[in-house]
Amino acid sequence: MDLRANFDQGLSCPIPISDYPNVLLAHGGGGKLMHQLIEKMFVSSFNNSLLESRHDGAVLNCNGVKLAFTTDSYVVHPLFFPGGDIGTLAINGTVNDLAMCGARPLYLSAGFILEEGLPMETLWRVVQSLQQAAAAAGVQIVTGDTKVVDKGKGDGMFINTAGVGIIEHNLEIAPARVQRGDVLLLNGDLGRHGIAIMAVREGLEFESTIASDCVPLADLVLQLLAAGIEIHCLRDLTRGGLASALNEIAEAAQVHINIDERAVPVHEDVRGACEMLGFDPLYVANEGKLAAFIAKHDAERALAIMQAHPLGAEAQIVGAVTSGMAGLVTMQSLIGTHRILDMLSGEQLPRIC
Amino acid sequence: MKFIDEYRDAQAAQRFASLLARVTTRPWTIMEVCGGQTHAIVKFGVDELLPKEITLVHGPGCPVCVTPLELIDKAIAIASRPEVIFCSFGDMLRVPGSAKDLLAVKAGGGDVRIVYSPLDALKIARNAPNKQIVFFAVGFETTAPANAMSVYQAQQQGIKNFSLLVSHVLVPPAMEAILSSPHNRVQGFLAAGHVCTVMGFTEYEPIAQKYHVPIVVTGFEPVDILQGVYLCIKQLEEGRAEVENQYARAVRRQGNEPAQQIIREVFQIQPRKWRGVGEIPQSGLGLRDKYLEHDAELRFGVAGHTVEESSECISGLILQGLKKPHECPAFGTRCTPEHPFGATMVSSEGACAAYYRYRRIKT
Repeated sequence: MDLRANFDQGLSCPIPISDYPNVLLAHGGGGKLMHQLIEKMFVSSFNNSLLESRHDGAVLNCNGVKLAFTTDSYVVHPLFFPGGDIGTLAINGTVNDLAMCGARPLYLSAGFILEEGLPMETLWRVVQSLQQAAAAAGVQIVTGDTKVVDKGKGDGMFINTAGVGIIEHNLEIAPARVQRGDVLLLNGDLGRHGIAIMAVREGLEFESTIASDCVPLADLVLQLLAAGIEIHCLRDLTRGGLASALNEIAEAAQVHINIDERAVPVHEDVRGACEMLGFDPLYVANEGKLAAFIAKHDAERALAIMQAHPLGAEAQIVGAVTSGMAGLVTMQSLIGTHRILDMLSGEQLPRIC
Repeated sequence: MKFIDEYRDAQAAQRFASLLARVTTRPWTIMEVCGGQTHAIVKFGVDELLPKEITLVHGPGCPVCVTPLELIDKAIAIASRPEVIFCSFGDMLRVPGSAKDLLAVKAGGGDVRIVYSPLDALKIARNAPNKQIVFFAVGFETTAPANAMSVYQAQQQGIKNFSLLVSHVLVPPAMEAILSSPHNRVQGFLAAGHVCTVMGFTEYEPIAQKYHVPIVVTGFEPVDILQGVYLCIKQLEEGRAEVENQYARAVRRQGNEPAQQIIREVFQIQPRKWRGVGEIPQSGLGLRDKYLEHDAELRFGVAGHTVEESSECISGLILQGLKKPHECPAFGTRCTPEHPFGATMVSSEGACAAYYRYRRIKT
């Protein structure tokens, strides 16, 4: 669709073209611009009740069976990084989106967009890694697609995966269910994936042993469900990190969320890298972390279940949904004062000094 | 984490807050010079712990904020050339020029890269001999040594396809410009710790004496800042005007002499334009004659280009401590980090961006 022609005819494009005549990287960065793009261009155009729920996936009701359905594309560079590669990401990312709907992930598709000249050896390594990650997450890749583009028109390899999972409980797990009194849990420390990628990005190489936290979270979620925990909402903390996820939920549920900076676990090596780059770990991407909004009466029990699970050993209660301005996220800082925890504006960029 | 946790400690912060409450008897206005300090003050809510008599005003020490519009335009013109790989610190990419920013150049196909050090840009130059590599050398005395080193090494190693677009500024002339303004309200300074790590603080001693203002070299963590404010207020209350060093874990009186040496070898002091403020004599650095072959302005013929600033943005007044961000009618409404009018809203260390990000509801 030619947006400018559309604009000229009076059907105004919801994203002011005068401000953004071209797509910027920040439109995919997980922050405000991406949020605007989704809200104003996609949700308003594709407008339907399933999309309206602004969840990590759609929950479909098919003849009495509840299914979760989601898709995600993977364009990570470099293809291999400490702690994982594009293959593990493509499985775990989609598995985690299904898990955030409270589903048991079952079947995935894999679509490959390959750049002419990609070493076959590289493709083989990624395919092996996809297979191993799928086995570890208990899912099968049951359909796929392959396209090759001219050299220079892709970055080696892009992968899209879509996934279907089954929902075997009667809870409604969605942003809209978040309510005052809910307790906010994290399953562990923040920032490892984003910093691991940053450390191997060209021009920014710094010596680090930080590995991505890329893992499938479905088992952890299924254990919470099996124990009958009253889960209101789950969100995996990918691009934009904890801060962006909480802002999206606060806005969608029209609630006020307050967190305590002292309770948020961040490993020392990640903190050090963040200090050096001028990043805030609360905005750095994760691939194996979730925020769980749990009914207050179940919070301690949920914490115990998480802490007993290998992917939740460092789980913490980090905040709560409180009475306050709807749509706002605030944080009690390390020195005891309060401030707004805003959504990221643009990409996080390493600062000068 | 050592050198971080003990300076973000709630009890230590509270201790200095009580000490301050005890020694403060009347209103005082103090300027923190550095944008990194402004950011920490607003992020951690340090000013909420101060007695109401104390006003902190935010200084000009944000390199992104004070880089003049015309230099951003020059960067955009150079980065748009097909033979150029334009390297920059990350936060310069979002600063709006007259028509667009460097991120838009990148979106339009320009090769714009974020690097963490000018020496990484030099490495790119070595590996891409058919390209022109330009590094955007902005910043205060803090970034000058590494930038100087990159040109020095390029010269030594005969790397001819490397040049710097220089916009270096110096802190002491800006402090003098503020103090000699008839509208000045600043009675004491927290000097920028990182700048003094390089330069030491002997050059502040004549300023303290001439204008009778206390100057406390201060770090960047909340407890550093509270202690810096305390030392400054104590001097004011006692009628003293000395240079004191709160940031002794990083700063020595003489500074880092090898770093100063390489700055002197490559750069010379010259007048510089500051965004929102105008030209300040002897307030910046430019390449010495023997290194001019690495000057990107000359190499790409953009030296003569000048532009005027938008008149609506009050960032000049903010950078001089004459206004606070929320006193601007456009703040948070027409001017936001997504649609910044001026540089103080763009840089994460700019006062307007810090206010917007952490406290737009309260103001």
